[in-house]
Amino acid sequence: MSVVTLNLGQCGNQVGQELLNVVSNDAFNAQKNCPGVQGKTYYACALDRFFREEQTGELAARAVLIDMEPKVINHAIATAAKSDMWKYGDGSYFCEKQGSGNNWAKGFCVHGPQHEEAVVELVRREVERCDRLAGILTMMSVAGGTGSGMGTYITQCLRDMYPHSFILNHLTWPYSTGEVIVQNYNSVLTLSHLYQLSDGMLVHENDTVHKICAQLMNIKHISFSDINKIIAHQLGSVLQPADVGGTQSDYSRNPVGDLMSSLACHAEYKLLSMSAIPHMSSSSLAYSSFTWPGLLKHLRQMLIANARMEEGIDWQVCVPPVRQGAERTREIKQLQFNTSLANLLILRGKDVSCADSGAFLHPGLYSSWLPPEAAFRTWSSLMPFNGYEKSATLISNSQSLLQPLNKMVGKAWNMFASRAYIHQYTRFGISEEDFLDSFTALEQVISSYTCL
Amino acid sequence: MTQSIIVQVGQCGNQVGCRFWDLALREHAHVNKKGIYDEALSNFFRNVDTRRSDGENSDITGGKIRSLKARAVLIDMEEGVVNEILQGPLRDVFDNTQLVTDVSGSGNNWAVGHRIYGPACQEQVVEKVRRAAEHCDSLQCFFLIHSMGGGTGSGLGSYVLRLLEDEFPEVYRIVTSVYPSAEDDVITSPYNSVLAMRELSERADCVLPVDNQSLVEIVNKIRYMSHQGKPGHVIKKDSTVISGQGGACGAEKPFDAMNNIVANLLLNLTSSARFDGSLNMDLNEIAMNLVPFPRLHYLVSSLTPLYTLADVSVPPRRLDQMFTDAFSRDHQLIRADPKHSLYLACALVVRGNVQVSDLRRNIERLKPSLPFVSWNQEGWKTSLCSVPPVGHTHSLLALANNTCVKPTFLELKDRFMKLYRKKAHLHHYLHVEGMEQGCFTEAISSLSSLIEEYSQLDATKRMLTPDVPRLTIAT
Ligand SMILES: Nc1nc2c(ncn2[C@@H]2O[C@H](COP(=O)(O)OP(=O)(O)OP(=O)(O)O)[C@@H](O)[C@H]2O)c(=O)[nH]1
Ligand SMILES: Nc1nc2c(ncn2[C@@H]2O[C@H](COP(=O)(O)OP(=O)(O)OP(=O)(O)O)[C@@H](O)[C@H]2O)c(=O)[nH]1
Ligand SMILES: [Mg+2]
Ligand SMILES: [Mg+2]
Repeated sequence: MSVVTLNLGQCGNQVGQELLNVVSNDAFNAQKNCPGVQGKTYYACALDRFFREEQTGELAARAVLIDMEPKVINHAIATAAKSDMWKYGDGSYFCEKQGSGNNWAKGFCVHGPQHEEAVVELVRREVERCDRLAGILTMMSVAGGTGSGMGTYITQCLRDMYPHSFILNHLTWPYSTGEVIVQNYNSVLTLSHLYQLSDGMLVHENDTVHKICAQLMNIKHISFSDINKIIAHQLGSVLQPADVGGTQSDYSRNPVGDLMSSLACHAEYKLLSMSAIPHMSSSSLAYSSFTWPGLLKHLRQMLIANARMEEGIDWQVCVPPVRQGAERTREIKQLQFNTSLANLLILRGKDVSCADSGAFLHPGLYSSWLPPEAAFRTWSSLMPFNGYEKSATLISNSQSLLQPLNKMVGKAWNMFASRAYIHQYTRFGISEEDFLDSFTALEQVISSYTCL
Repeated sequence: MTQSIIVQVGQCGNQVGCRFWDLALREHAHVNKKGIYDEALSNFFRNVDTRRSDGENSDITGGKIRSLKARAVLIDMEEGVVNEILQGPLRDVFDNTQLVTDVSGSGNNWAVGHRIYGPACQEQVVEKVRRAAEHCDSLQCFFLIHSMGGGTGSGLGSYVLRLLEDEFPEVYRIVTSVYPSAEDDVITSPYNSVLAMRELSERADCVLPVDNQSLVEIVNKIRYMSHQGKPGHVIKKDSTVISGQGGACGAEKPFDAMNNIVANLLLNLTSSARFDGSLNMDLNEIAMNLVPFPRLHYLVSSLTPLYTLADVSVPPRRLDQMFTDAFSRDHQLIRADPKHSLYLACALVVRGNVQVSDLRRNIERLKPSLPFVSWNQEGWKTSLCSVPPVGHTHSLLALANNTCVKPTFLELKDRFMKLYRKKAHLHHYLHVEGMEQGCFTEAISSLSSLIEEYSQLDATKRMLTPDVPRLTIAT
């Protein structure tokens, strides 16, 4: 089944391109390194998910690029064309001349409605080219104006147009400082609106990914391209073909739908975080070997101690004994234990059948109202992914995004109390009421996750 | 790519504008070695085929540079300055369709500029601006340049600002205003400035105040440093920051050195719109990020390096010094001390060989010494443009929305009141039809309330501001 990706704004387009690079490279390598039927099936399935073959034999991405200024898109199209592997579809992009100037209201109230028709038409065209649509993956940052504001508006249009299809939003959360001063406002407006529309929101925080680049990849001058490679690696490890339980032939199942049904089981809980292991520069990778028990032990501790990286994990945190009610909540706070609603583990590589993920089934990991068997799934594939002999990725619907969300809302609320910058939004039709509604919606989300 | 139009009004506006065009041409010539009309050039310049006989020059997109025309409208109510420009080395970048002039000037009287010349020139100004706008395929910003002290720049300039707002409500208006020094030879400059400020407060998206006293001090200090001539401390001859040498204009005129500084402010501000960089700041992001309240849009700017000289190799220490200097008193383009006032927001516009990690390191290093308003503790906006100014390896423009503008406004108010109490020169203004005393009282009360807004924010500086109680959700 196929996934149509919709890339919005600078961040969405840059991350989206990197994702397509990772999945196409990985697919080609699978075919090369694993000549049998297995490699072929993997290759064919992976490519069919994200690409279509044009009459000329060229591979074109099932992607639509949207930005309100031309620079980023021009650059993306040109580099893809140079890659020799794949290109963007002819005319599968829409851009204007001036960006939204970091203003969510401009993106949502002005650019969105103005260009709705053109954008929706591009998506429709791409959807109709899929034999079977798995879902739509939108990619954008929450901090700017175009991706966040227009992206939200377009998600709304797509929700109306495809009421029964899965819409997964991939969101990049901003660095805590230095780029967009009104980023917390833009984030609050985006998240609160998407919460009504999306089936699930897969989140990467730039600060965390930056740390992975610095500490695990040993990169000195970290660029967005480095960051995007990590994000794409994690996303790819989820979206590439895998056995979702059952036999290998399940490759053709719906990756987006299966992901949602495993993780986004409740309308009040839609925030999905990711962690993966190992992350390593290719030079050190050559000298390292990993065992499944070792990888899974680390990944599980990363989950319960809420660490997004295997370095600096707090090994003191442990699963609390299962108790009832308020008593339990208090204890959680003290122990910094991260409670999950649902987890999805994806294992790829050698000897994957020997990997024992039983430790993720401990009832103490989960909220009391879902049995572990319902809350935990594993997917696996024998194919090594993206150059790693063994790798494991965990997507988690848990309290792990609670703290950054709470900070984001807190900072925006402080600013809102002084009504600073509000005039920039009211100019384009977002009122103080709208802000209040957004704050209320997110306080509700925070409260729901806190009580998990 | 977007375009910008410069509207230069009055003697000062035109002289500063001239320095801008000269240095902009030089900057592009330095970067663009092949003589191709590129996107960077198209921001401020048209490329036209002047050989066409029908008189109407047509734009050429792409290809070789034929004849560059400035996207500018030159306005002055006397002819001297504009004529000099048209006969000078920059004559080729302007033509008659871009000029609005008259013969007698506004006689240092805001009312003459605003109330007489304003309505009289309205049609012509609108037509010329519209024509310039028609040559743009995506006009993003007007830059108005004028002085606050004279009659034309302040009076007609602020009238033109209103025309731009009415005719092009979607296009941003960034105003560079030269404030008079205390010893200014125009006696009525406090009147003119206060009357103009009311318009600026209501109608501009951003104002970049610059004051002549600071410019004089900066220029003197640069001269002093360059004459000391310590080995290894030589100012490179071709540095645009300090001299017009190497530009099209030959001999320096009195205001040139000062105007170069202002021109550099504009060059740096627009660098990211003209050249590539890993972190672009579009012009429409400036007001969005730096202006939290509509009237508080006065941005204090500082340029570095000014005195530390253009070495070829830059040890990191020198680079960090550039960031430190941007917050010191003697690099500000108005007399102000941002470090001891309150920041509402701050932008760092960096050019040249500087990495994101250098930016982050310096923000972390400087943050503890800079007071930010409680609700914007992380109020930083940054941009990186890969092309440095000519003769430098790197440069920094800091734009601060900071309560340190207040003393300048207070001083102006004092000078205004000294005249106004004695009703000095008032009759020259009240002569002008439609000009009533009410205009003065309204203007001064507009300024007073602006000052009051800054004071209220200042007062929060010493208070401990706890987080605002959050909304509670019934569970
Ligand atoms: N991870 C990552 N983050 C990015 C990238 N580019 C921008 N960002 C982040 O995105 C946010 C800024 O939003 P952009 O995507 O640039 O904005 P936009 O959607 O183009 O909207 P406007 O430019 O305001 O019209 C900041 O938080 C940046 O950190 C990228 O390539 N990768
Ligand atoms: N920095 C700088 N200041 C100037 C320049 N020319 C004039 N000024 C200052 O501007 C103020 C006088 O305004 P002008 O611009 O000369 O006046 P105008 O706008 O032409 O108006 P009128 O001459 O009254 O019609 C005084 O404060 C001068 O010090 C200049 O080229 N550079
Ligand atoms: Mg953008
Ligand atoms: Mg004059």
